[in-house]
Amino acid sequence: MSGIATQQLLDSAYVVASVLFILSLKWLSSPVAARRGVLAGEIGAALAVGATLFNPDVQQYKWIIIALIIGAAIGIPLGLVHMTAVPQRTALSHAFGALSASMIGIAEYYVGIPNISRFGMGEIALEVIIGSLTFTGSVIAAGKLQEILPQRPITYKGQNVVSLSVLGAAILLAVALVCNPNAPYLFPIMVVVALGFGILLVTPIGGADMPTVISLLNSYAGFSAALLGFVLNNKVLIIAGALDGSSGFILSVIMCKAMNRSFSNVMFGAFGQVQASTKAGAEERTVRSASPEESAGILAAASKVVIVPGYGMAVAQAQHKVRELYDSLSKRGVDVKFGIHPVAGRMPGHMNVLLAEADIPYDRLVEMDDINSDMGQTDVALIIGANDVTNPAARTDQSSPIFGMPILDVDRARTVMVIKRSMNPGFAGIDNPLYYFDKTLMLFGDAKAFVADIVRELSGSSK
Amino acid sequence: MPSDFLSNLYVFILAGFVGFEVIKRVSPLLHTPLMSLTNALDAIVVVAAIIIAGRHETLLSTVLCVVAVAASFSNMVGGFLITDRMLRMFKTGGAKRP
Repeated sequence: MSGIATQQLLDSAYVVASVLFILSLKWLSSPVAARRGVLAGEIGAALAVGATLFNPDVQQYKWIIIALIIGAAIGIPLGLVHMTAVPQRTALSHAFGALSASMIGIAEYYVGIPNISRFGMGEIALEVIIGSLTFTGSVIAAGKLQEILPQRPITYKGQNVVSLSVLGAAILLAVALVCNPNAPYLFPIMVVVALGFGILLVTPIGGADMPTVISLLNSYAGFSAALLGFVLNNKVLIIAGALDGSSGFILSVIMCKAMNRSFSNVMFGAFGQVQASTKAGAEERTVRSASPEESAGILAAASKVVIVPGYGMAVAQAQHKVRELYDSLSKRGVDVKFGIHPVAGRMPGHMNVLLAEADIPYDRLVEMDDINSDMGQTDVALIIGANDVTNPAARTDQSSPIFGMPILDVDRARTVMVIKRSMNPGFAGIDNPLYYFDKTLMLFGDAKAFVADIVRELSGSSK
Repeated sequence: MPSDFLSNLYVFILAGFVGFEVIKRVSPLLHTPLMSLTNALDAIVVVAAIIIAGRHETLLSTVLCVVAVAASFSNMVGGFLITDRMLRMFKTGGAKRP
């Protein structure tokens, strides 16, 4: 077969792969067809990788095979992590994706000089800057999610000025390289500055903002791959990168809307730092608390219960106990649904995955807008490890930092029960007036232990 | 401006619109698997890394791209694996085990 014919055959494999990638995402629109989507993606990827190995340009196989084996050896354990570790795994995979995109861009630069056009230089510089900052930013995000690094926002005076100056420096270096592409000593400096900006960008962001940050990093990783496709004239990279980039972008927009905040506010606002604890405990307000026995009695007497899970449920690993509670109540004929806020947890869809892992049928997991219309007819809203997403101050208190954020209207249920360790506000430090309502019962304790106690009471009284 | 750029831009813009339309329809229920799946698809950069590493032009480019092959292939394998594991967990009430 002639070289040109081989090339055309390989290129058609990429065309088929691109179609399969689009179908793969299309089938993800329903949980029923979704697994078919994964299969389509796998076939597309296998086809593209297989065809590439037959590319006549590829002459040295030894290191490629070794790298593929190492990649599989890293990827398989990362594909088998526990569901509670999915947010940090996702951040780490953004880091790997961005790392490889920047490595390829750097290699392309050093292979190409001194024959790189100014236009080509601009593409490479942009690609490598986005790839590098996404790499370090994602590593920091993964460190925060794994709790190797502190989850609270780390801030200092003049932070935004420093961060933006570093970004400015990276852009200036890129401009200098475009003016004179044949300046190999500037290139590594630009890479280091971009890596530094990634660290500065994510370090100040707190754990509660991680759903937005992880989506934004997702989008950057995608766009860096698409830019790499421009650099290398490879359309399958452009398509896969554009799909990934637009997916991350849409998710970021959804997350921002769910918090009523803008991108710049998330990236530069350092949530939880601004409020200097307003009205510091001016009035002593009382709360009502209840024991597991009393809670079990109220739940058993209810006909409609909405459970609102949050990050606290994930931390306490309480999802399996919650499933037992769901089973126990369902058996008694209680209608139990779950109200899922878009930013509950540490990444988009986090709660759904945890509850699905615990074998709770997905048709019981209800989105915020739909569950809110049911809330008025709900007997008990049980909040497990969620705080800000249920805070009625978001509707009423203009001075609250979360004013305007869409929330789950749990206060419209007849009784509200909140499982919480203590009255200490979370690190966002926002007081929740819900806890002082007459209809609210505070259930103090560890989420997992408390739910287990309720389940025990329920099964005890049924015998 | 090289002529390739414009045809690449066409592809990018059209793929971006397709992505927007398709992903808009993904239920929030599946946002976590969506992210891991797009991550696995994005790992297609492995093909570029394989070509540059395989050309073996300079030691630096080969080393960088061998690392890139390992990093992106781990995303490809791990991304598909975890997406499938997650999707297997999503069951309706009827299919629930006793």
